Amino acid sequence: MIHAETKISEEKLLEHFEAKIEAEEKIEPRDWMPDAYRQHLIRQISQHAHSEVIGMQPEGNWITRSPSLRSKKILLAKIQDEGGHGLYLYSAAETLGVSRDQYIQWLHEGKAKYSSVFNYPTLNWADIGAIGWLVDGAAITNQVSLQRTSYGPYSRAMVRICKEESFHQRQGYEIMWRMMEGTKEQRQMAQDAINRWWWPALMMFGPHDTDSPRTSLAMKWKIKRESNDNLREKFINKTIPQAEHIGLVVPDNKLVRNEDGTFKHGDINWDEFWAVVNGNGPCNQQRLEHHIRAHEEGAWVRETALVANLKHKK
Amino acid sequence: METKDNQGQLWEVFIQTKAGQPFKHAGSVHAYDKEMAIENARDVYTRRGEGTGLWVVPSSEIVAITINEAEYFFESADVKIYRHPTFYNVPEGVTNM
Repeated sequence: MIHAETKISEEKLLEHFEAKIEAEEKIEPRDWMPDAYRQHLIRQISQHAHSEVIGMQPEGNWITRSPSLRSKKILLAKIQDEGGHGLYLYSAAETLGVSRDQYIQWLHEGKAKYSSVFNYPTLNWADIGAIGWLVDGAAITNQVSLQRTSYGPYSRAMVRICKEESFHQRQGYEIMWRMMEGTKEQRQMAQDAINRWWWPALMMFGPHDTDSPRTSLAMKWKIKRESNDNLREKFINKTIPQAEHIGLVVPDNKLVRNEDGTFKHGDINWDEFWAVVNGNGPCNQQRLEHHIRAHEEGAWVRETALVANLKHKK
Repeated sequence: METKDNQGQLWEVFIQTKAGQPFKHAGSVHAYDKEMAIENARDVYTRRGEGTGLWVVPSSEIVAITINEAEYFFESADVKIYRHPTFYNVPEGVTNM
């Protein structure tokens, strides 16, 4: 192995780093990166990974109660995908020099967050439709943009995830559509689901750009490629016509229909958003406790495998 | 009970998407042995028939150069521009070359 003799100054390294970002080149794990860039990625990618995994819980709630074998198989496949997406993202996050155990510990200690949308309960079958269509739809809007993120492993995970997620959104929309074609009660269930999930889905994009303190650095270093408000707008412009097409009413009485066919949404309840972020949503405690319990109950598997492998190596 | 750092070794996953194509890095998985590594790689990276071939390699076995070395390491190729076909002139009118 060759060892470079020359010691490169931090300034030079930053210059080189920023030139790469400017040229749309990806930053790779072994490349030099500013500490603030690494820390932002550690926070963002782990939060993204935790969201995929915690997101399995509200959907898992309906596996045993799926209305048909077809829908049960689909739901199982979707939830399995979410677990897989969590793994892609943990792998990407680990390249930043933090172990998976550490990430999980931060989640359990409440130091790491996951998307607040998963702190809402799934009360009826249409909620599974609403999650696939709205929550995955919002996530896709964000993730499509993140395919162009400057950190190589994150970008590649996003490409893979986006390929798989479009099935999630379509299966969710199909559930809503079928319910809207069904009985009066089924239509009411579908409308009830959009009433409860619409605003949390809009909140998934985060605070308004003017209230988003970390955005500027993240945009400068191209971790984020589009602002929260921009992405939120893209999402509502795509989604509202889909709702109307099957007869669902978007629960926003201040919704403005622009002449060019785009929409402007009413005020978002940011007090609710921050309450849920800070642990006071309907299911925060339940989600985290479940994750901790599953992790602890699985400890013997990891320990046994480790011991078996050590014996095998002898 | 101590549960720290017992999630197994890190393995890098390479997928061949079609017969005859090169294997491409897809990501990584945790596993305790070869068999678990290749099964985890299948479950995590090829749920939709993405692969006709699959490799897993312990991450610790991969040898790589650092960015500080890169310029220096690849330098010798830079000066050998005569390795490229465009280095050579061909008389006017000559085709199929």
